[in-house]
Amino acid sequence: MEEEEGLHQLQLLDTMFVRGLKRKCFDGEEDIEGTLAGFKALPSYNLQRQSLLDMYLVKLQLCHMLVEPNLCRSVLIANTVRQIQEEMTQDGTWQMISTQSTGQTSLDRLVSTDILCRSSKEQVEGKLVQGYSSFPKDFEDTQSQESSEILSTVTSGQAPRSLQSNMWEIENPQENRGNFQKSLDQIFETLENKTPDSVEDLFSEVDNSYYDLDTVLTVMMGNTKMGHCDVLETFPSQAPTNSNSNCKSDLNELDHIVEILVES
Amino acid sequence: MHSGAALGEKGTDPPFVGRVEPFGDAATDIISTVEFNHTGELLATGDKGGRVVIFQREPESKNEPYNQGEYNVYSTFQSHEPEFDYLKSLEIEEKINKIKWLPQQNAAHSLLSTNDKTIKLWKITERDKRPEGYNLKDEEGKLKDLSMVTSLQVPVLKPMDLMVEVSPRRIFANGHTYHVNSISVNSDCETYMSADDLRINLWHLAITDRSFNIVDIKPANMEDLTEVITASEFHPHHCNLFVYSSSKGSLRLCDMRASALCDKHSKLFEEPEDPSNRSFFSEIISSVSDVKFSHSGRYMLARDYLTVKVWDLNMETKPIETYQVHDYLRSKLCSLYENDCIFDKFECAWNGSDSVIMTGAYNNFFRMFDRNTKRDVTLEASRESSKPRAILKPRRVCVGGKRRKDDISVDSLDFTKKILHTAWHPTENIIAIAATNNLYIFQDKVNSEMH
Repeated sequence: MEEEEGLHQLQLLDTMFVRGLKRKCFDGEEDIEGTLAGFKALPSYNLQRQSLLDMYLVKLQLCHMLVEPNLCRSVLIANTVRQIQEEMTQDGTWQMISTQSTGQTSLDRLVSTDILCRSSKEQVEGKLVQGYSSFPKDFEDTQSQESSEILSTVTSGQAPRSLQSNMWEIENPQENRGNFQKSLDQIFETLENKTPDSVEDLFSEVDNSYYDLDTVLTVMMGNTKMGHCDVLETFPSQAPTNSNSNCKSDLNELDHIVEILVES
Repeated sequence: MHSGAALGEKGTDPPFVGRVEPFGDAATDIISTVEFNHTGELLATGDKGGRVVIFQREPESKNEPYNQGEYNVYSTFQSHEPEFDYLKSLEIEEKINKIKWLPQQNAAHSLLSTNDKTIKLWKITERDKRPEGYNLKDEEGKLKDLSMVTSLQVPVLKPMDLMVEVSPRRIFANGHTYHVNSISVNSDCETYMSADDLRINLWHLAITDRSFNIVDIKPANMEDLTEVITASEFHPHHCNLFVYSSSKGSLRLCDMRASALCDKHSKLFEEPEDPSNRSFFSEIISSVSDVKFSHSGRYMLARDYLTVKVWDLNMETKPIETYQVHDYLRSKLCSLYENDCIFDKFECAWNGSDSVIMTGAYNNFFRMFDRNTKRDVTLEASRESSKPRAILKPRRVCVGGKRRKDDISVDSLDFTKKILHTAWHPTENIIAIAATNNLYIFQDKVNSEMH
């Protein structure tokens, strides 16, 4: 059955990530102090948030491929995506941290699991606190403007992805990025067509070398205490391309996906 | 009636002894629900393959003191089959989501079992006698040659090997658009409710072609959907009261006397979020996965991802007790989100006297909290611990720092071994733990020796 094959593909991905985790744990334990000293600039909260948003988007798409989407799970994920979106809109920013070198960029992009899950008071720039305090007000403003859409569209600012994709470009051949972008497009198409047959096709054309963990590990610093969660972050982060317009179109696609999701 | 012993009596934890019922290794043998009946004599389990297995407790006998009170298979039947929804082009799983026993009113036992869409009422009867000596038929049922019949006899009931017969008496179909997550029999023994993600229906046990919708949280525009129903239960004594929990962490107590549609709650039990603990995962981990009334009816037990909370029905502002199930996972939420474990729905249970609460965790661990002594214990459901007469040894998860022998570190936990379904005997210290495709039954040996 197609669903079982789709699930099998997902399990393969999970296995790959888990492999990454086990390898990482060894490195992380030993060099943790070196890592902390190595951070020249603390990771941007926005970048982390963007990475998390990308991960959520992938989750939303993946959960649609199963037999019937678990509504509770979809709602919880969609709520969190909305929360991140609102915050980003309210901040009015798609800023990225400026870095001087590729090496520093790599460090900055390595988000510790702790930071992502940390409480608001510990956030570096305190943006989370500000964000949540004015969250309800801006949410209403946005709702009145675009009442038909679940998620507000980002209208201004640069995409942080350009930085990430630049870095990735140096480390990886161009074709890998293209293939991932292609596979995401296939995901969107799948959701539009709602044919379970596409699940198999979805994964068949992805360049397997993209998921080569060794490639990934050479990009990242070996001496961080990353979980496999962070390995995942690098994948979706590079999915959208450089321009802001693609970022916006992704969000439109997201609206479309969520519409399909909740109506199914 | 035997009341449950408190944890930690006489300075030691109760020595639970156990046995394990292997269900098999097929993927469909994963246990999806466990439920004792009202006397505790019967234990029903449902699995992913749509089967129901009922265990019966052996009556205690003086001849075999060590076999007293053990559960053996009583009956097995196929409750639900996979179906196909042609409109949506989706398969409807046969997995049994919940089983609830009806209070016994005659010699037969009855239970409700449900998958995602259809609820069924099953009647379980015993046959231990059969008539012999028919006039017109012989022993094999063939018609006799009438010319050979010379006298009349009265058929006599003779004992036979016990036969357990299960038959579907009612099928409550087409009541739910979304996936049924809970069923609950009312204390009036005439009605029951079924809840899906967005609606709760009230059924009469004898009427299958209609039900009353009593809660509907579906928004007019599905794009506005932000909250779903996760569990619901009738009050054990007041037939007009029920509670339902939501994915946002709130509990709503509703009174059916107030209006036909109970969209407006009578009481809302919600704890304000602790701003210092807020993260991107706050909402997901606050989703309540199970809610259970205490036997007394005074309290409710609510399980979310990291904690289990006791609420007093008289106080809506905050729970009276909060117990950390596995707080060491708080820093791992990102990984747990990534491997989907953060969406696991754990159940919770009260003991008979409402003094101890129990819930499952990962690595085949389950936790018990004594509300009076405030002691808690972590136990493991494993093959080693369930050898005959083996006593369960408390386990410990270490989070760094001092590590004792036999401690397990957080990073070594097996997240594929999760105990989602647990049940506690209504009066005695006997617990049933479902660990994937194994059923563990643990008994408090101290108690059983006190008979």
